[in-house]
Amino acid sequence: MNSTAPDPQPVSGWHAVAAGCAVPYATFTERAYYDAEQTRIFRGPTWSFVGLAAELAQPGDFKSTFIGEAPVIVTRDRDGVLHVLRNRCAHRGALVCRERRGHATRLQCVYHQWNYDLGGRLLGLPFRAGVGGQGGMPASFELPAHGLEKLKVASLHGLIFASFDPAVESLTDYLGPMVCASIARIFNRPLRVLGDQRQYMHGNWKLYCENTRDPYHASLLHLFHNTFGLYRASQTGACLMDSRHRHTMLYTQAATTRTELDQEIYRDVRSYDPTFKLHDASLLAGRPEFDDGITLVILSIFPNVVVQQIANTLAVRQIVTAGTDAFELVWTHFGYADDDLEMQRIRLKQANLIGPAGLISMEDGEAVEIVQRAVRQDQDKASYIAMGGGRIEDTPHLTTESAIVGFWAYYRSLLGIELAPATAT
Amino acid sequence: MNLATLPAWELHHAIDSLQAAHVRCIDDDQLEQWPELFTVDCLYQIIAQENAERGLPLATILCDSRGMLHDRVVSLRHANIYEKHQYRHLVSSAAVRSLTSDSVRVRSNYVVYRTRTNGVSEVFSCGRYDDLMVVADGVLRFREKIVTFDTNRIDSLLVTPL
Repeated sequence: MNSTAPDPQPVSGWHAVAAGCAVPYATFTERAYYDAEQTRIFRGPTWSFVGLAAELAQPGDFKSTFIGEAPVIVTRDRDGVLHVLRNRCAHRGALVCRERRGHATRLQCVYHQWNYDLGGRLLGLPFRAGVGGQGGMPASFELPAHGLEKLKVASLHGLIFASFDPAVESLTDYLGPMVCASIARIFNRPLRVLGDQRQYMHGNWKLYCENTRDPYHASLLHLFHNTFGLYRASQTGACLMDSRHRHTMLYTQAATTRTELDQEIYRDVRSYDPTFKLHDASLLAGRPEFDDGITLVILSIFPNVVVQQIANTLAVRQIVTAGTDAFELVWTHFGYADDDLEMQRIRLKQANLIGPAGLISMEDGEAVEIVQRAVRQDQDKASYIAMGGGRIEDTPHLTTESAIVGFWAYYRSLLGIELAPATAT
Repeated sequence: MNLATLPAWELHHAIDSLQAAHVRCIDDDQLEQWPELFTVDCLYQIIAQENAERGLPLATILCDSRGMLHDRVVSLRHANIYEKHQYRHLVSSAAVRSLTSDSVRVRSNYVVYRTRTNGVSEVFSCGRYDDLMVVADGVLRFREKIVTFDTNRIDSLLVTPL
């Protein structure tokens, strides 16, 4: 681990519960947790998503992004090799790359014009030998010792990941076979990037990790699904995890037309109305594009990315942390390079369903915020998560919170948090 | 109504009146009337400047019919869950970019302040409107309204149209 920085011990308060887990609210509000996460998760033995290879199609393309709060630059050098570099000049610590993305042959810090190649090697600096025989760098100065900090890089089917930890396990071992197969399924041919959306949520980043591992809320909070028949609890679906239960795939298969069953299930739930009709149903027009009949995939990869397929919308959602009580969610929508015009039109129109204005997904911002606003006090109190029985296990249904329990178990292991015995509260 | 032969003040009055109707429908919570300001076939799009300048097509909201505008309104009234909020639009005067007998293209800048239940008013979105207004059934309506927002990052969520 790259942890020469002090390693703050988060406040505890974690107790075992009879089933499931209870997360102390301090986890979402205390700086000690946040600082420990930056060190032990984002700069620890994990792989963070930093972009799509399709965003950096040409040699010389670069983008700047973040791993946790650490600014990084993703580059494709002139030989086509991808690099991820700490976005901090080796000289005095200035941001080297100030643009969100671009194309360049080299990187130059504006402060003192130190020049780096796209692999982060220091190429040169002004006045190295002084001016008129005066000044200059000491004789001991050597360019190779002062490059940009390089992160470990690996990509899988066009998803680029990076790690600060040189000893991290391989990306495929980290993801595990289930996640690798899920990625291979969606990223099965060259992509075309359609654009980005940025959503700033006023809540702790882990609330979003819970949210995307939580199929329980999908049909209850997101009522557009119910109202228009896109998702119903009577659909068949499943919740799968990797062996360390850090990553989760939720999926559903083709919708049933079992309206009576839906009405029975939703009898006590607000606003279920199967008679609801769109004035313009072209919004939901789509094309089957996977042979397996799976119409919805939410693949949450620890710690910072979600891959989604909702009908014909395909996107990655990158979490960028911004303190204990905020994060930015960067949605990058894509299709395939071989999409015809009609298919691209379908994807762009269905994009109305997702993102910060998504008819389906907009409420996730609300859900994260109403938790954050309510947990600011009573830090010793905890949530209670046990739907489905509270065990960490794959389930052939979606009435479960097992993946959230799994997430927290892995989180505790990274932060070194031990559970105290159950209390009688 | 022949737009090309209208006196300039009358043309601008017509443009301003349609823009004011748009603002009134949204800021005064008369959203059910808002789709009527558009032609049946129309384009209402909210797109981040970040995407527009890269030539990427992804929009935050893309409605290509009055029916889709209506569905947006019905969804925000009945399906979507969000915090109560109030918008106030400030829209600059319109610059006419092209003019025919029955259509006019105009550009204006906008700022939308949003006030949530905590009582704080803040700039929620700023950007520009590129509007194509056409004479339909004797009145001026939006054939296109392209909202390009500079504030690329959407705070929390966007439910009410801009």
